[in-house]
Amino acid sequence: MNDHETTDHGKSTALVPASSDGHDLLPASLITGVDQFENPGLPPHIHRAADDDPAAAKRAERQVATLFGLSMLATLVFVVSYFAVPDEATFFLPGVGLTKTQNVVLGLSLGFSIFLIGIGAVHWAKTLMSDEEIVEERHEQASTAEQRAKAVAVVSEGVGSTQLPRRPVLKYSLGGALGLFILPLGLQVAGSLGPTNIEELKHTIWDPKDNGGKPIRLMRDPEMTPIRFDEVTSGSVFHVMPETLQKYIDEGKHVLEAKAKAAVILIRLDPDLIKVQKAKDWGVDGVVAYSKICTHVGCAVGLYEQQTHHLLCPCHQSTFDLTEDCAVIFGPAKRALPQLKITVDDAGYLVAPAGFAEPVGPSFWERAR
Amino acid sequence: MSTINETRPADALRAGDRQADEHASATKPLGGIAGWMDDRLGGAKGVSFLAKKVFPDHWSFMLGEIAMYSMIVCLLTGAFLTFWFVPSATQVVYDGSYVPLQGVTMSDAYRSTLGISFDIRGGLLIRQIHHWAALIFVVAVFVHMARVFFTGAFRKPREINWVFGTILSLLACIEGFAGYSLPDDLLSGTGIRAMNGFIQSAPVIGSYLSYFIFGGAFPGEAIIPRLYSVHVLLIPAILVGLFTAHILLVFLHKHTQFPGPGRTNKNVVGYPLMPVYIAKAGGFFFIVFGVIALISAVVTINPIWAYGPYDPSPITAGSQPDWYMGFADGALRLLPGFLEFETFGFTWSMNIFPGSLILLPLMWTIIGVYPFVEAWVTGDKREHHLLDRPRNAPTRTAIGIAGISMYVVLFLAAGNDLMAIKLHLSINDITQTLRVLFFVAPPVAFWITKRICLSLQRADRQKVLHGRETGTIWRHADGRFEEIHAPLTPEERWVLVQHESLEPLELTAGKDANGVDSPIARKERLRAKFSRFYFRDRVAPATPSELEAAHHEHDDHAAALDGGHEAIEPAAAGQERETVKADKQHG
Repeated sequence: MNDHETTDHGKSTALVPASSDGHDLLPASLITGVDQFENPGLPPHIHRAADDDPAAAKRAERQVATLFGLSMLATLVFVVSYFAVPDEATFFLPGVGLTKTQNVVLGLSLGFSIFLIGIGAVHWAKTLMSDEEIVEERHEQASTAEQRAKAVAVVSEGVGSTQLPRRPVLKYSLGGALGLFILPLGLQVAGSLGPTNIEELKHTIWDPKDNGGKPIRLMRDPEMTPIRFDEVTSGSVFHVMPETLQKYIDEGKHVLEAKAKAAVILIRLDPDLIKVQKAKDWGVDGVVAYSKICTHVGCAVGLYEQQTHHLLCPCHQSTFDLTEDCAVIFGPAKRALPQLKITVDDAGYLVAPAGFAEPVGPSFWERAR
Repeated sequence: MSTINETRPADALRAGDRQADEHASATKPLGGIAGWMDDRLGGAKGVSFLAKKVFPDHWSFMLGEIAMYSMIVCLLTGAFLTFWFVPSATQVVYDGSYVPLQGVTMSDAYRSTLGISFDIRGGLLIRQIHHWAALIFVVAVFVHMARVFFTGAFRKPREINWVFGTILSLLACIEGFAGYSLPDDLLSGTGIRAMNGFIQSAPVIGSYLSYFIFGGAFPGEAIIPRLYSVHVLLIPAILVGLFTAHILLVFLHKHTQFPGPGRTNKNVVGYPLMPVYIAKAGGFFFIVFGVIALISAVVTINPIWAYGPYDPSPITAGSQPDWYMGFADGALRLLPGFLEFETFGFTWSMNIFPGSLILLPLMWTIIGVYPFVEAWVTGDKREHHLLDRPRNAPTRTAIGIAGISMYVVLFLAAGNDLMAIKLHLSINDITQTLRVLFFVAPPVAFWITKRICLSLQRADRQKVLHGRETGTIWRHADGRFEEIHAPLTPEERWVLVQHESLEPLELTAGKDANGVDSPIARKERLRAKFSRFYFRDRVAPATPSELEAAHHEHDDHAAALDGGHEAIEPAAAGQERETVKADKQHG
């Protein structure tokens, strides 16, 4: 065993330790055993109070029994308060605030009933059970050479009796069958997880086609009431959904899927602040609408900083500048928020005549195709 | 290595204990239910083996236990939760007892989670125990992993178990993510929304992957039931299976132990499973469970009722994942937007893809292969059952701390918005600083850690050679002052001198007789470089002859005072100083 330990490591012949004396890796001192401290062996065992003093042992016994007894008491408290504490009761817990009484009482009693068992058991082990350390020998993990040889012999005999080595056709056909049988299972899962409709990623319900070709009114989210142009005062912010969403709400189907791409934020700025002509043209007198879905990974860009005219995404802090057509000025997003072209209809309501000119939301492989 | 003396002074003290034991164990024949069982299973053969199994004691060995026990608490409370949770995204109108949300349209998943929190007696407690236990589980797994890493417990023969543990820790994170996404509240829904963005960022297949996973367009009604079966069936099955293998391997290998008097690479010193470990480890399960329950009683976790149901349009400021996904979220906040580009109309989202889909597999692969890299560098094929004190493996310790510093930078980045608000700083400055720190912190952390380790090793040498400082100052008759050093006991000293100090490998047979590079040499050149990187700076442990020399010098007071410490450290100290010089050249 010992020989194995010192010779079987570092098979390389080209590498030796810097201060080599023929043994690789081990410092010379460790191999020769010269000039090296001796392991002094286990330190003397020191008796505890409870080992020698019956009074201390008795005291420990009482302590452990008390802990177990308190645990039973806590269990009792749990059972009683499960029935006694009303569901709606609350109280003020210092440092925590207004709390549900039931949760605190049940939790504390359950916690103590469990915790005290643990403390009792550990205290028992530490004071009364033997604290004498025991030495167990270790053995090399590897099997002996004979055991290995025997294993090889048994396995090769088994393999030999299958005739696999002599009949390669069996080997290759079995390999092929085993390799392929996973395919149907994988195909079933992968093929049926869908359905896929990648083109759908580029489409929102702001497309006038969804409204019989008519311009789509901007509605307040979640009230779904139309927004009059004159209601949009300077500096105000509206969370907007398209009029076409109402159909989905009424049917109660795919509401969230529609909202996930249709969310828009509407803001009124001083028109002179808008530096990009297209952004001015697509808005109405400083009222501009942008997709609220972040072009990074799709969180709602919900934070508007009125003073700086920045839109900030609270997920990863991509910052978009409204005066620069919502271009990214900081953070991990690359693309500007797509603008929604808006006008005012005859009744004075804000409408979107054309939908988004590009896909909204996070990037995807086929986005620009 | 050395062996333990057959007769020790300690044995005399223990003679009494043994007699008492024999007296107590008046053996009874195996009968009753135990006998009935043994007739059918033959379990008695294994009982004596198991009962005598020895486990060494150290507080850091409890970290893995915390992980194990909090996982069991999760399994238990999770089973409870499935009785009331409805994994369905079907939209319903809430009519439960929580007044602020009455009449609001929400998914059945969110409605049933509100039900668990408000209408099921004790349900909130079970839910909070489940969430807290999950958080503690992942913390314990990571800290346990750090303990194993820094003490070198991953070395042969335990590499396989390290790989198992690596997979377990990754699964723990994914399991946690799947779990906290289930209630379908605004916060977790926003997390799933971001996950959809991550998936879409995959080149070529991203859009298809997204449609596969969500069963159509985001969010759809498939993701909640699918995450549910992943969370309660798929991952727990793998977790429990791998965890069982993990524990079985600990039994097979016998636990590692810290170096100490009487402890060698060929033994294991500690308490037997029966009764001490059953009581201590069993008791510790109750302690862990109890503490989790106490926390859950008073500290609210994930108050989903405050967030409202998921809706893609609203959002809360400070949207963050549970802590263990923080580093990945931080990576996404640090990656600058300009990394996205298009070729032939196809979009490469390199501002998202590396942080979302590459980071986790990459990080865990690096962690998983580390033992094999270190084994290759050291060329060490021996078994190691004695743990390293982290200072005695300076380069490994420094690599570990460098990795942790990188992780911490990413983790802090996930809180850049909160830091900006609480500290009244610019979020842009914080983000830029963290971007720089991601590259600067690891080498700095590496260098500092390594210097600290080497200094601690030198301090150990000092302590061995000159004894422990007593704090007692003596004034000599001639007016000199001297601090009295107390010599260490052999037991105290052994811990400081027992370790091996590996030296760098050097190429010898670089060329064959004809002056041509031998193929081995070419392959080994890289290895030699790594070996130099690992072991170039070394402080050898003190030896008996050095101690002897130090004693002689101490006897001669005048010489010791004139020459200072350097004069009394002959051979190894010279070597040490050379190492220091070499450091300066490199630094």
